[in-house]
Amino acid sequence: MNNKTKIFFKGVKDSSSLMIPVVPFGIIFGVFAIDLGLTPLTAIAMSVIIFGGASQIIFLQLFSAGASSLVILSSVGAVNSRHLLYGAVLSEHLSDLNLTWKIIVSYFLVDQAFAVSNDYFKKNKKDKDKHFHLLGGGLNCWTIWQVTTIIGIYLGSIIPEKLGLSFAIPLTFLALLVNDFRKLINVIIIMISGSIATLGYQVIPFKAYVIVAATVSLFIAFILTKLMKKYYE
Amino acid sequence: MSNFALIIYCGLITFLTRFSMIALLKKEMFNERIREVLSYVPSAIFPAIIFPAIFLDSFGSIQLENNPKILATIIAMCIGVLSRNILATIFSGLVSYWFIIFIL
Repeated sequence: MNNKTKIFFKGVKDSSSLMIPVVPFGIIFGVFAIDLGLTPLTAIAMSVIIFGGASQIIFLQLFSAGASSLVILSSVGAVNSRHLLYGAVLSEHLSDLNLTWKIIVSYFLVDQAFAVSNDYFKKNKKDKDKHFHLLGGGLNCWTIWQVTTIIGIYLGSIIPEKLGLSFAIPLTFLALLVNDFRKLINVIIIMISGSIATLGYQVIPFKAYVIVAATVSLFIAFILTKLMKKYYE
Repeated sequence: MSNFALIIYCGLITFLTRFSMIALLKKEMFNERIREVLSYVPSAIFPAIIFPAIFLDSFGSIQLENNPKILATIIAMCIGVLSRNILATIFSGLVSYWFIIFIL
C-alpha cells in the first residue's frame, strides 16, 4: 500500500466513530423530505449537491413553511458560515495544493472530516500527501450520508405519520448542542436565538426568523465575549 | 426559481463557504475574536430550528399546554448534558415523546 492510500484509509478510520450520529441524521432527512412531498430523486440530488446535514434540513423546514428562495438561500448561507472557520483553520496546511485539489477537498470539508483531519494535519505538517486524510474522512461521511438518505427515503414511505418522527429533527439539533449547555455565553445565546425564532415566527416577514434570530444572537455573542475579556483584564 | 435551481444555488453557497477560505487565505487572516465569535454559530442558529419545532403547533401558534414535546425535550436535554452522547439524546427524546402520547 503506498503512502497516499495509507493516509486515505487512516482518514476513513479516524472519522469512523464520528459517523455514528450521521446515520440517524441522514435517515431523518430522507424521511422528512418524502413527508414533505419531495420526490426521491430531489432528495438524493440535495444530498449529493448540497452535502450538508444542517443546510439540507433547514432548507426543508423553510421550504415547507413557504419561505421564499432568497430567505432559504440566506439561511443556508448562515448555517454554513461555520465552514469559513474550518477553511481558515485548515488553509495553512492546504495552501500548497493546486486548484483542483482545493476544489475537491472543499467539497468534502464537513464537520466530522474537519475535526479529525485538523488533528492529523497538526501532527503531520511536513507530509505533502496529508490531504488524503481529509479525502478519506470526507468520502467516508459522503458515502454514509448518501446511503442513509436512501434508507430514509424508503422508510419515509412506510413509517406512519402518527409516530411524529418530525420531532426527531429538533432533537437531532439539540443533540449537536449538548456540549454548549455547559457554557454560560452559549446558554444565553441559545435562549435568545430560540425565543426570537419562536416569538418572531409569525411576525418576522418572509419567514426570515432563522436568519434574524442567528444574526441578533451572534451580535450578542460578539458583545458578551468583549465584556468577558474586559472583566478578566 | 425552480426547486432544482434553488438546490443548486444552496449547493454552491455551501461549497463556497468551504472553499473560499482555503482558496483565498495564505496565512491566518482571522484574529482570535472573529474565531471566537464564529465558534458560537451553532449556538446561534440551531435553537432557531429547535425552539419553533417544539413550541409552535402546525399553524404556527405558540402551544404551551398539552404539548408533550416540551417535556420530552427537557428529558432529552438532561440525558444529553449528562451523557454527551448524540444518539442517547435523540432516542431518549423520541422514547419519552412516544411514552407520553401513546401510554400516559
